[in-house]
Amino acid sequence: MTIDPVNLAAILAMGIVTYLTRIAGFLIADRLPKSGPVRVALDALPPAVLVAVVAPIVLSGPIEAVAGLATLLLAFRLPLIGVVVVGVGLVALLRLAFG
Amino acid sequence: MTTSPLADVRAGLIAVFPPVVAVVPFALILGQQATAKGLSPAEMLAMSSIVFAGSSQLIAVGLWSQPAPIAALALMALLVNLRHVLMGASLSGKIAHFGRLRPLAAFLLTDEAWALSERRAIDQPISRAFYFTVALTLFGFWQVASVLGTLLGAHLEHPEALGLDFAFPAIFIALALGFWKGARRTGPVLAASATVAVIVHATVPGAWYVIAGALAGIVAAVLAAPRATPAAAEEATP
Repeated sequence: MTIDPVNLAAILAMGIVTYLTRIAGFLIADRLPKSGPVRVALDALPPAVLVAVVAPIVLSGPIEAVAGLATLLLAFRLPLIGVVVVGVGLVALLRLAFG
Repeated sequence: MTTSPLADVRAGLIAVFPPVVAVVPFALILGQQATAKGLSPAEMLAMSSIVFAGSSQLIAVGLWSQPAPIAALALMALLVNLRHVLMGASLSGKIAHFGRLRPLAAFLLTDEAWALSERRAIDQPISRAFYFTVALTLFGFWQVASVLGTLLGAHLEHPEALGLDFAFPAIFIALALGFWKGARRTGPVLAASATVAVIVHATVPGAWYVIAGALAGIVAAVLAAPRATPAAAEEATP
């Protein structure tokens, strides 16, 4: 169980930079207005970020696209864990069949 | 609506269960990849507990060499994790009552903890009990599974055949639907964000696509917002 000093330095550098990204949002948000366009923008942030993270993954191939669409439709009906189980199972089956 | 801390802990545990199912295989793969790059279990534990950010850790392990390229790794972590600034800005007002625990809440901020908290904030305030139950559960599983991955790595060579990598997008798709406020308000946000993210992902290296897509989404939200309606009237609408 050894830790190389250069590796530790790299880990610490990544950790400091990552913490700055986490605390920065809290620090700037306290100076943001409670209404108006900036508020509208902040309220739209959660779905905008979620979709921006997911869209390139879902459109990375036909199997992912089919499973993504199925997941989207299922999400109106099933609880979260059901959506995950069916989505993962569908991707595994499609990859087995066509992968 | 107020709930007891115990009820919030239980709600947190129920909410965090699906992300844990998704995060554990991801962490196992991370550990396996780290072993292949010559990182020890102790170094894996140090990285998972100090950095605690999945995508940037996986990319870091991909970039790792001996000696470690410190500046490149730090710059990559900055770019991949810049999305936290947007998440923190959105979450900040909803956890203003955390007080001295806010810096710790920031340290434990992950995509999953953030998304579950934002989802809960639609229905009721985010309590400390809920947030830290979710965040600390994810932290614990992340440590155990990534270190376990360094120990059992050899048996996990083709995890994608099981479709486990799709658990993460499935969770995010389902959570994104929770923010649906009708086609006129939310439709343009999702369409703009998805389109720009896909284009930037295909043309610009790195993780800029998350920032670009999110910015396109919020610009669309501002443009689609009803301008004549006073803010007070909007607040009154359920």
